[in-house]
Amino acid sequence: MIEKLMNIDRRIVFILVALAVIIPSLLQVNFPITISQPTRSTYDYIEALPPGSTLMIGFNYGPSSFAELHPMARAALHHCFQKKIRVIGLTLSAEGATLGDKMLTDVAAEAGAVYGEDYVYLGFRPGTTQVLLGMGTAIDSVFEADYAETPLAEIPMMADIKNYEQIDLVLDLASGSSTEWWITYTNTRYNQQIAAGVTGVIVSQMYPYLQTKQLIGLMPGLLGAAEYENLIGRPGDGTEGMSIQSFAHLLVVGLVILGNVAFFIQRRRTE
Amino acid sequence: MEFAETMVVVGTWVAALLTLCIYSFLYRDNPFYRFAEHLFVGISVGYFTVLTIRQGLIPFAWDPLWEAFTEKQWEGLVRLIPIGIGVLFFARLSPTHAWLIRYPIAILIGVGSGLAIPNVMQADIFRQVLGTLTPFTAIHAAELGAFEIFGVILMLIGVISTLTYFFFSVEHRGVVGGVSKIGIIFLMIGFGSAFGNTVMGRVSLLIQRVDFLLSDWLHLI
Repeated sequence: MIEKLMNIDRRIVFILVALAVIIPSLLQVNFPITISQPTRSTYDYIEALPPGSTLMIGFNYGPSSFAELHPMARAALHHCFQKKIRVIGLTLSAEGATLGDKMLTDVAAEAGAVYGEDYVYLGFRPGTTQVLLGMGTAIDSVFEADYAETPLAEIPMMADIKNYEQIDLVLDLASGSSTEWWITYTNTRYNQQIAAGVTGVIVSQMYPYLQTKQLIGLMPGLLGAAEYENLIGRPGDGTEGMSIQSFAHLLVVGLVILGNVAFFIQRRRTE
Repeated sequence: MEFAETMVVVGTWVAALLTLCIYSFLYRDNPFYRFAEHLFVGISVGYFTVLTIRQGLIPFAWDPLWEAFTEKQWEGLVRLIPIGIGVLFFARLSPTHAWLIRYPIAILIGVGSGLAIPNVMQADIFRQVLGTLTPFTAIHAAELGAFEIFGVILMLIGVISTLTYFFFSVEHRGVVGGVSKIGIIFLMIGFGSAFGNTVMGRVSLLIQRVDFLLSDWLHLI
């Protein structure tokens, strides 16, 4: 029995994980979400910004991290448009260019935000360090035109936004190292306030920056998205996903315990 | 059905079938998985190339040079210097001129290091040391509660013991060995936290795909 358990076919584990996700999805289960302090700090900071403030949002992720970061982007953008906070979207990752464009366009349409007055999408420029440092001097030295190739000089919203001095918060949605780049070049050099929403894989690396206040807030993976959706009162994909996630986590915890028990029993028998 | 609606249906079917092709790898490697993988790599490279040309090469190199010649804005010719340095990367293609690649690489490393080192030192070393020690001033000023004081002390123990574990100039025996063993405990907690978060991240991806298949493709929910 123990030997069988130790040599279980990995495909059985895959089937169990699939069932732990498919069954709750079909049953549409919903669990309450409690809000963690790092997500609440992000929300509180944006909530405290007066109308007309400017938030720069970085869509630094691709399709492989879309599931975790897209719900986060949607919730944060709804919050901004609801608060009449102007939004500048951009990406340091080529993969994020179209994702960011679509997300901003969709949420702006739902919120009734107007392009060029309430939000602008700058798109992608290669050369991360140069982009981040260049925007500290002049945004239009890096992005002479927006994603649709309209010169920034012709966009009304950009008339009084020249560099980081006019940006109240940078919200970086990241699946890679981009948050560290923003901290290294933008927070350190220009004292720019930064919040981040990151994938579960890299969230552990971000907590030291939270403790030193180099990040004013942090949204951890799908949980962060669910928390933010609940804070703005718009449950969406994040909230739905976290309820299903709980079943998968229970299964993984159960399998880890089972595997360890079987391992120790087998070791005792061998000894 | 209008053309746009037809395209949405076709797009959904393509996405659903490619999702199934990728997940088929969980059973074992197969031609469907390899087809989807190669398609993804090909499309990604093509997309990245086009975007880099459109958002990088054209606005930063082509447009200024074009304007320099057509509109006699001669200051645009200064771009020939970085363009020339960049072109040297292609010297690698010619064995007799391959040595020229050293110059753009040297410039890239020099500029990159110059920009990164002071900022990284400030962001990742000085600020982190400050962040570890500053809470002790709050303890001294009696601003923290018992639980917070415990957290601050625990963090200091974690930092010192983990650094001791990575200090290989002294043999890990006696006091140093004991402290480094405590460091291992902190490292294990860190790895456990990273593993837990990674599970959450990976399951999130599965949830999104299952939601897409059940909702957008099969219309079951």
